Amino acid sequence: MGNKPELLVPAGSLKELETYLAAGADAVLIGEAKYGMRLPGDFALTDIAEAVAYAHEREAKVYVSINKLLHNEQLEELRHYVTELSKAGIDGIQFGDPAVLQTVREIAPQISLHWNAEMTSTNYSTANYWGTKGASRVVLARELNMDEITEMQPELNIDSEVQVHGMTNIYHSKRRLVHSYMTHQGRPVDGGSLDKDRGLFLVEAERPDEKFPIYEDENGTHIMSSDDICILEDLHLLMASGVDSFKIETLFKPSAYNETVIRIYRQAIDTYFQDPENYEFDEEWMESIRRVQDPERELSFGFFYKEQVY
Amino acid sequence: MQTAEKHSPKYTGKRHRLEKPELLAPAGNLEKLKFAIHYGADAVYIGGQKYGLRSNADNFSFEEMREGVEFAKKYGAKVFVATNIYAHNEDLDGIEEYLRNLYEAGISAVIVADPIIVDTARRAVPGLEVHLSTQQSTVNWQAVKFWKEEGLPRVVLGRETSLEEIEEIKKHVDVEIEAFIHGAMCSSYSGRCVLSNHFTDRDSNRGGCCQSCRWKYDLFEDSRPETAWISEEEAMGDPVLQQFQLGVTQLPLFEEQDNAFTMGSKDLCMIEHVPDLIDVGVDSFKIEGRMKSIHYVATVVNVYRQAIDSYMADPDNYVLKPEWIEEINKAANRPLNTGFFYDTPDHEDHIYEPEEKAAPYDFAGLVMEYDEATGMAVIQQRNHFKPGQEVEFFGPGGTFFKQVVEQIWDEEGNELDAARHPLQKVKIKVDQPVSYFDMMRKKK
Ligand code: SF4
Repeated sequence: MGNKPELLVPAGSLKELETYLAAGADAVLIGEAKYGMRLPGDFALTDIAEAVAYAHEREAKVYVSINKLLHNEQLEELRHYVTELSKAGIDGIQFGDPAVLQTVREIAPQISLHWNAEMTSTNYSTANYWGTKGASRVVLARELNMDEITEMQPELNIDSEVQVHGMTNIYHSKRRLVHSYMTHQGRPVDGGSLDKDRGLFLVEAERPDEKFPIYEDENGTHIMSSDDICILEDLHLLMASGVDSFKIETLFKPSAYNETVIRIYRQAIDTYFQDPENYEFDEEWMESIRRVQDPERELSFGFFYKEQVY
Repeated sequence: MQTAEKHSPKYTGKRHRLEKPELLAPAGNLEKLKFAIHYGADAVYIGGQKYGLRSNADNFSFEEMREGVEFAKKYGAKVFVATNIYAHNEDLDGIEEYLRNLYEAGISAVIVADPIIVDTARRAVPGLEVHLSTQQSTVNWQAVKFWKEEGLPRVVLGRETSLEEIEEIKKHVDVEIEAFIHGAMCSSYSGRCVLSNHFTDRDSNRGGCCQSCRWKYDLFEDSRPETAWISEEEAMGDPVLQQFQLGVTQLPLFEEQDNAFTMGSKDLCMIEHVPDLIDVGVDSFKIEGRMKSIHYVATVVNVYRQAIDSYMADPDNYVLKPEWIEEINKAANRPLNTGFFYDTPDHEDHIYEPEEKAAPYDFAGLVMEYDEATGMAVIQQRNHFKPGQEVEFFGPGGTFFKQVVEQIWDEEGNELDAARHPLQKVKIKVDQPVSYFDMMRKKK
């Protein structure tokens, strides 16, 4: 049995941050679209300082996401950003691009580095490689299955983070695909938002019941899963294996929904660690989540129990 | 191509390099390897039995690799192996041994995405060069520098990199830059697409991609109020919610007659911009397509070979030959564009219309022998052809002519009404001299 895992939740505003911490989150992930991708909202640097003060008072951690693939033009301002984050006293930075790792190591070596290469963090050995480069945590790809995740725990020299709830990104392009399509159709897009708040989604001909959210921002086009992961029923397997951090994805969800989900996972984690041997899953937890779940989005085990071929 | 007038040639003439860039071609199997090299590739990249991203291609055994390397050597060409999966736990055992075997087979470099394979190669087989795969989506100089410091002499950039950015990367880091300059491309950042995993349980980052980005989709807008499914009572009386209760929950963003939404991209083609690529410092011109036909590889390689040679021989008087573009179009499977080199692709760079897949020409026959005295050639049949049909002959360096096939004889001298059998050797009279390994194509 491992240590009690952290419950990590992305927050889009100070208000959300307060709500989520009150609901039982141990850590929040924040940032802004300029550096971090697929965040539920933007935090300016001043807000980040405030978030840190608020969270640290409650013994919670604040991580900032710089998980985008950077182009040359951003390297200079990245240095400034990291300097300011360091002053703000944040606890960790999520990165995918080696340029971020190098910059943080150089400017703010006290900040922990969480390697998050999205769908490409797929094995323990590569995670350990980033460990030797200074990373202290790997954010595992959401396409891994339960066996892969649990088997790699004893092999990892660094902490691991697993997404246990919410939607996942399934496609990211630098192209503005919705904009292109609308232009092709001759539809006006000027001024109209194609961002998250627009509620755009794709439906594929043979899967009429699955809605894949799609949106554009300064990082290009993002397509999201049609289902929401919910590993709650089998959370104990992950807890027993020693996963260090559980992430609940809050993107595209009202905060009331997220609040409920956080409370339930909090309860499950606490119950388990009071007495792991006699832990029993409470059906009512699942019911509470189902009551607030968007009926058009299936709760699923994601890839946890899927067999993939290639 | 619609791109020629879209951009001014702002890079041309800025700097003339002394070193010729490498022309790097795909080779899906041993035969394609031979064609790619004979038609002018300085290097080819192939897939081995493991760790590659083309799980469907007829990948090379070590034996075939050795044969390929032998063949390449005669031309002074090199053979690289794509070892570019993102490994899962179960793939980790055996990487070292596999890399050693590649090295022993005479492979010059491996193209790698997963850092643990990079690390393993550097540690266990230091003689084997490691090139960072485009799957890493490396698009800035600092990341390039990171990989150089890890011991990599070459980085294949993400396809999202512009010419301007390449120039800046070259300024900051002394490293070889390889760029895709021709062929099909992911419309996502490479490695950052798991559509296939979601739709078909096939892992795209281990070679299972089923091109879901080219499927057709309908685009809608959710018209439900954000909280509708959370607190229905609260929203009572709300006009938006009333609509929701009437069952209008989504608005289609397309009309009946519209083309569907897709992420599918046109194919990359930089034949009109070879000087720009050379001038910003691209060290290796990479052609995509290990699954493409012999005809495709030979045609495309042949054209870029001529363009590069012609520019390097006399940069100031370089002219883009219209026949190069014609040739490229004879092999093209899709409409073409210039990717991210000049601009972020927009509505003209995606394929919304139904696709006509097939290239307009077929490989009809391969020249095996030529008798100067009689003007007779021995042709190995690769596709059905018959007397009266117009065909084109082409070979390395720009040999090219059209003619009509007259009589066809088999090797015993019997006249045939058509060349019907695959690999059958037949004789025909050719209008101009041809050489061993010249190709004969026909319109489909
Ligand atoms: S579906 Fe398209 S974008 Fe995704 S991996 Fe396959 S080719 Fe690339």
